[in-house]
Amino acid sequence: MEPLTAPPPIRRLKLEDPEPATEVLPPANGNGHGPQQSGFTTAKRSVGAPQFSIRRMEIDEVSVHYGAKEAVKRVSLPVRQGEVLALIGPSGCGKTTLLRSLNRLTELTTSARLSGRILLDDVDITEIEPTLLRRRVTMVFQQPNPFPMSVFDNIAYVLREQGSRRARKKTLEPAVHSALDRAGLFEEVKDNLDHPALKLSGGQQQRLCIARALAAEPEVLLLDEPCSALDPKSTQVIEDLIVKLRDDVAVVIVTHNLQQAYRIADHVAFMYLGDLVEYNSATALFGSPREQRTREYVSGAFG
Amino acid sequence: MLLLKDKSKEKGAVEGSATWSLTDRIGLAICWTLGLLFCAIAVAIVVYLMIQGVKFLRPEMLWTPAAAGFTETESGGFSDAFIGTMIVATLGIALALPTGVAIAIWLVEYGRPAALARITESTIEAIAGIPSIVLALFGTVIFSSTALGFLSRTSEGVVFGRSFFAAGAMLSLVALPLIVASVREGLNSIPRHVREASYAVGKTKAATTRRILLPTCRPQVATGAMLGLGRIIGDTAIIVVLLGATQNFAPVEGAPFPFNFLRGAGTTLTNFVYEASPTGNLNQPQKAYAAAFVLLLMVLALNAAVDVVHRRARKVGTWSH
Repeated sequence: MEPLTAPPPIRRLKLEDPEPATEVLPPANGNGHGPQQSGFTTAKRSVGAPQFSIRRMEIDEVSVHYGAKEAVKRVSLPVRQGEVLALIGPSGCGKTTLLRSLNRLTELTTSARLSGRILLDDVDITEIEPTLLRRRVTMVFQQPNPFPMSVFDNIAYVLREQGSRRARKKTLEPAVHSALDRAGLFEEVKDNLDHPALKLSGGQQQRLCIARALAAEPEVLLLDEPCSALDPKSTQVIEDLIVKLRDDVAVVIVTHNLQQAYRIADHVAFMYLGDLVEYNSATALFGSPREQRTREYVSGAFG
Repeated sequence: MLLLKDKSKEKGAVEGSATWSLTDRIGLAICWTLGLLFCAIAVAIVVYLMIQGVKFLRPEMLWTPAAAGFTETESGGFSDAFIGTMIVATLGIALALPTGVAIAIWLVEYGRPAALARITESTIEAIAGIPSIVLALFGTVIFSSTALGFLSRTSEGVVFGRSFFAAGAMLSLVALPLIVASVREGLNSIPRHVREASYAVGKTKAATTRRILLPTCRPQVATGAMLGLGRIIGDTAIIVVLLGATQNFAPVEGAPFPFNFLRGAGTTLTNFVYEASPTGNLNQPQKAYAAAFVLLLMVLALNAAVDVVHRRARKVGTWSH
């Protein structure tokens, strides 16, 4: 990986004033991308090439052990703002573990041990206080899990200090509305902000969870199979949303759905039994995989 | 309870049993018979007490204290017992509810060191299994000690050891296991990813517990409190041994207002029912029925209150598993 030409001077990066791309990206659309030798079913890429790409996180030789079992084996990957990074691989390959280690959620599992380094803007994340780190690197889970309170309170909870009830509804209103708006949910729920969040549809619940994750103003957004419990239409809506978000936050998505990875990801990492087998741009990884195992996996030989 | 049983029956009856083997059909028949039998018993108790209660309960009994006398009217009502029940219930639950909720949270959310958690768990189970008369005896030993003399009557250096404080404290142990069990069940039913969703936006464990987990467990907290209250107001052994089981309040002279009563002996409805029943000293069965009816109404009111909490929680919805 090429070093950064200039480190990002500020935490939040403005859309209007993007840093120059730090790396030459392969052309995303254009000539026959997709399945010549891999046998990967052609699907339309829903995104063009990224406007820019800035390295925010750096996974450096990271291994994760659960007791004696090694779930992730010496994986190194960059996470860039302006891009969507997809982690793919069969069940139990360590992709979710790797994702959870990015905001130190793995530490909640007592048997988990992590070695190697993960950097966020060149700072080792073990040196960042976990609650602060998790506000900068937020996560959306497989099952929609809004809190059992109103739509408004779900977002307000994130905006308020820890367990505090202070900061009145009125003062939080603009921030709540903007979070819902960024998740593309505001128009649908603006008249029902007081309704219980768990009574929304599954797709709306998941977008509320994304809004909740965005309300913390994160720099990196982690998504753990966010569409696997949803119907195709809601999936479509969320995929469009993810693509829109990539300029504001670095997006890492774990997915079982290869078509989905192909549709929305700029870079794809294929993991197998804890190893990072192949990391490449989506078009290259699906179109002309270098590794035999990748080729077999994307063509559906195993999964 | 009655309603629940009926509902599960209806669901089971969707599939016809005509094709079942003989043993299965006999089994089903036994289930039905037992179910209906228990319904009938419960209904019989409630209906009988209702009839007797309505017949014998005079409203003035609730505000007339018991008194010595030869006629029904002269011997008064059971206001002291009624208020006594309220007092032990309040004291008992005020001690048991926060402690029980705290223990349940610690067991489910922290539970480390694991050995201590296991010990706590078996201790709670042991308390649940101890007959309340044993707790009462143990209570007399504790509350008769000089150090705890300020909780009951003391005369000439001898600690009486029987008071609302003593009874309330021991009764809280009766309610505690039920509250712990119910709240633990509630916490365990919250999926792990819900907690993680809160941690994943930078919330601490404490904030998550206060703002997400406890509000979600409200129905189970209410159920635990209700079961505990039911046990507290229904207990007689501790009342007889630790409350003194006098017919009226016996306040401690010289103590400031609420403490003169709380440090003194007294009685409750259960004790009144026992005393007024044909085996007791008063032998006024009509008043026993009236007091028992009041007890029953209190329990039914508690049930209704818990039902409201559950219904409210259902409106908020839950996660799909």
